[in-house]
Amino acid sequence: MAVDSLLERITDYASRPDPYPLYAELRAAGVARQAGGGYLVGAYHDIVALLHDPRISSDPRNIAAPYRALVQPEEQISFIRLDDPAHHRLRGLAMRPFGPPHSPGRLDAMRGQIAQITEELIEGLAGRSRIDIVEDFAYPLPVTVICRLLGVPREDEPVFREWSAAIIDFADIKAGEDPAERQRAGGQALTEMGRYLVDLAERRRGHPGDDMLSAFVNEPDPAGRLTREELAATGVLLLVAGHETTVNLIANGVLTLLRHRDQLERLRREPGLLPGAVEELLRYEPPVHLRQRTPLANIEVAGTTVPKGVPLILVLAAGNRDPKRFHDPERFDPARTDNQHLGFGSGVHHCYGAPLARIEAQTALGALLPRLVGATLVQDPPPYRRGAMLRGPRHLPIEL
Amino acid sequence: MRIVVDLTRCQGYAQCVFLAPQVFELHGEEALRYDPAVPDGQLDRVRQAAAACPVQAILVGEQVNTGAR
Amino acid sequence: MPGDLRQGRIVIVGASLAGLRAAETLREAGFTGSLTVVGDEPHPPYDRPPLSKQVLLGRVAAHATALPARRDPDADWRLGVRATGLDPIGKRVLLADGEPLPYDRLLIATGTRARPWPDQAQAALDGVLTLRTSDDAAHLAERLAAGPRRVLVIGAGFTGSEIASACRELGIEVTVAERGPAPLVGALGGTLSQLAAGLQRAHGVDLRCGVTVTALRGDGRFTGADLSDGSHLEADVCVIAMGAVRNTEWLADSGLAAGPRGLACDAGCRVFDQYGIVTDDVFVAGDVARFPHPLFEYQMLSLEHWGNAVAQAEVAAHNMVSPGPSRRPHLAVPVFWSSQFGLNIKSVGVPTFSDQVLIAQGSIAEGRLVAVYGYRGRITAAVTVNMAKWLEHYQGLIETAAPFPPGPGAADARPLVADFPVPSNVPDPRGLCHGPTVALTGHLPDRRLSVVRPAG
Repeated sequence: MAVDSLLERITDYASRPDPYPLYAELRAAGVARQAGGGYLVGAYHDIVALLHDPRISSDPRNIAAPYRALVQPEEQISFIRLDDPAHHRLRGLAMRPFGPPHSPGRLDAMRGQIAQITEELIEGLAGRSRIDIVEDFAYPLPVTVICRLLGVPREDEPVFREWSAAIIDFADIKAGEDPAERQRAGGQALTEMGRYLVDLAERRRGHPGDDMLSAFVNEPDPAGRLTREELAATGVLLLVAGHETTVNLIANGVLTLLRHRDQLERLRREPGLLPGAVEELLRYEPPVHLRQRTPLANIEVAGTTVPKGVPLILVLAAGNRDPKRFHDPERFDPARTDNQHLGFGSGVHHCYGAPLARIEAQTALGALLPRLVGATLVQDPPPYRRGAMLRGPRHLPIEL
Repeated sequence: MRIVVDLTRCQGYAQCVFLAPQVFELHGEEALRYDPAVPDGQLDRVRQAAAACPVQAILVGEQVNTGAR
Repeated sequence: MPGDLRQGRIVIVGASLAGLRAAETLREAGFTGSLTVVGDEPHPPYDRPPLSKQVLLGRVAAHATALPARRDPDADWRLGVRATGLDPIGKRVLLADGEPLPYDRLLIATGTRARPWPDQAQAALDGVLTLRTSDDAAHLAERLAAGPRRVLVIGAGFTGSEIASACRELGIEVTVAERGPAPLVGALGGTLSQLAAGLQRAHGVDLRCGVTVTALRGDGRFTGADLSDGSHLEADVCVIAMGAVRNTEWLADSGLAAGPRGLACDAGCRVFDQYGIVTDDVFVAGDVARFPHPLFEYQMLSLEHWGNAVAQAEVAAHNMVSPGPSRRPHLAVPVFWSSQFGLNIKSVGVPTFSDQVLIAQGSIAEGRLVAVYGYRGRITAAVTVNMAKWLEHYQGLIETAAPFPPGPGAADARPLVADFPVPSNVPDPRGLCHGPTVALTGHLPDRRLSVVRPAG
């Protein structure tokens, strides 16, 4: 088949259970120009070079008019879709209550809470012979954690779950469809969720709790404050990303371990391998498959000139299985060394929440391991979520 | 146990600082400082940090035995 | 005869980073013969970069920076023993204490030492220190912990600047005296040296450029120094940070191409003799090596870089146990870093091999930038300040000899600044009291002739 239909085939829902043969096709093609405009890149070294190339923009406003499908109001653009120096400033402000250099011990101090939330979820499974890993475990864990971290009431989850779904759908990469409805629903959700988060934050002005929204509105340094619009956009990004990605990492992890029982047994025997196993999952079955970028000048990628303003879609999950970078890439090997995967991207946009996702995944899989030994998959492949960009099971029923 | 970070490779992702803040720290926004002798009780965290390093720049190991052959 | 090369006797002279990594690599490559590592310091291999940073701050003990091993190199360690000579015909290393050490193949990794203050009596004053070894760092850390009223640092290269940074972080008054026009100018050229000067002053360093220290004063104990501008400075501690001296004196009678700029070798780390004939049983790696680099007109490079010590040791060790066609060249592009005053400075390529420079991303005002250096229309180096994630892009441009100035389009380029290169203003190193940690030393392997070829 011609490579100019690759994006259409990758984003086709029928490809969700196993997109990897298409990714191999993409790597073989080098850079694949798509019929609808845009270029796909799937080779590891090309992707890494692009993620470190200052002429590659994350800002959708740099997409040339004929290719610009989705328009986002300027004030709703969060740092994930901005370039430096604006990106650097906003990410730095968002980092203040979350990590180094201002709050280096913040996440480490949450390990106990995360373990406790995990334990409570595990206890809730007691006595049941069939569970859905997604609904019973992989989804509630990161949602509860991100709610505590940000200071969002857990009981509001049914409300923001819908907003989040619309926002994710809005951000997804799709081929050949009219985006008008997605755009309308996504824009509305962004506005409503932003307003909701700003209201929550405002209530803590002057009497802060130990949460990030409190920290944002009570920042003493004027140079360290977010505007109201920035607070809304940043809060939305953190809440959405905080519970739409780790769910995939944990669910993909359980699925992969149940498909590789020898490795499951090995991890039980050697728990010291768990951190490496999570890295290998991020390579082998990453939660984020696609990222979109735009060149600010005509650039050369693997011998092809990609014109300024034409969208570039980086298939991170294809790079993760590139045999030119990884030895025996189709093998799931928790003891793999030299694992510089693209599971969290690379360069200045490297995933903000990566350390949180790691702690959650290690805690979750470590706690589940003893129960998975006798478990079986009810459905393989399981039903997947719609999106191609954030790929993971919608449900993962298992028999205990 | 000892650690050394290949700061030639380090790009300042600071994943090690999040995961083992008693051992690694940022000096300013990007410069990494660390304790080369892993303190008691920090080895698990240091191993997590080494696994998580996006450029795989952290080496954890025993000091070389220069005593009897 | 690869089987033969994996056996026999290998001696490594130098027990620091390069010596350790070479020993490990030899074993990884299947060397099963006897391996002896000689080091003049009594300590097991340790890491030096923390000595001018965490150690001076008192956060890490000076002798707690021992390097982790990648594997047990199964070597006979002769520590606290100085190599005094080499007999290349009898294939023996002469030692300060006892029997000569026979070898089949030899790796020289004796590195550098701190350049001492030229007046021996003044250098012997209590309170006059250098910083190279862990013992040095222990002494200096102890002095800093005692709360001196003022520290004088002579030389504003990377080490001197890092020491000044540590002093200010500890709240200690510090004066930096530099003969050149600005700190780091010998390594980074004019534009970034202005950033460095501003940074030091903003952090309260008493920075004095364009002056030399003419005498160190004291009566047994250091009390101050005379400067060439006629002034006198009172201080309790003086750190001599005037660069490094290659440890090649012990090779003076060896007939090898060893001189003040280092020990010359080919691209495969094989040492040249004084006639420019390559040997096949003596190899060199690390700070003491001078090696030709194709990206810099095949001039001989002398580097004082951590990453080069590792990469070159690995290539040398591989080649020591590999037959000719399996040998590898050492082609790594120089990379180094320094952290000072809260900034992370990283460099790739050879900034002094340049005639022009421009700020391609960020700006001096923000304290975060990428400076790109060009020489006759191609990119030869890049330096990042708190923007290390972009460095590998520029490394690719250097490796492919991409045109200078780089093409437009960087998202965070500043108009005007990014469009117009300015002269890189790399001064003649003879006018500085700090050296670049990367130096081009001409084409000749000869030990007496080591010509410095200024760029431009």
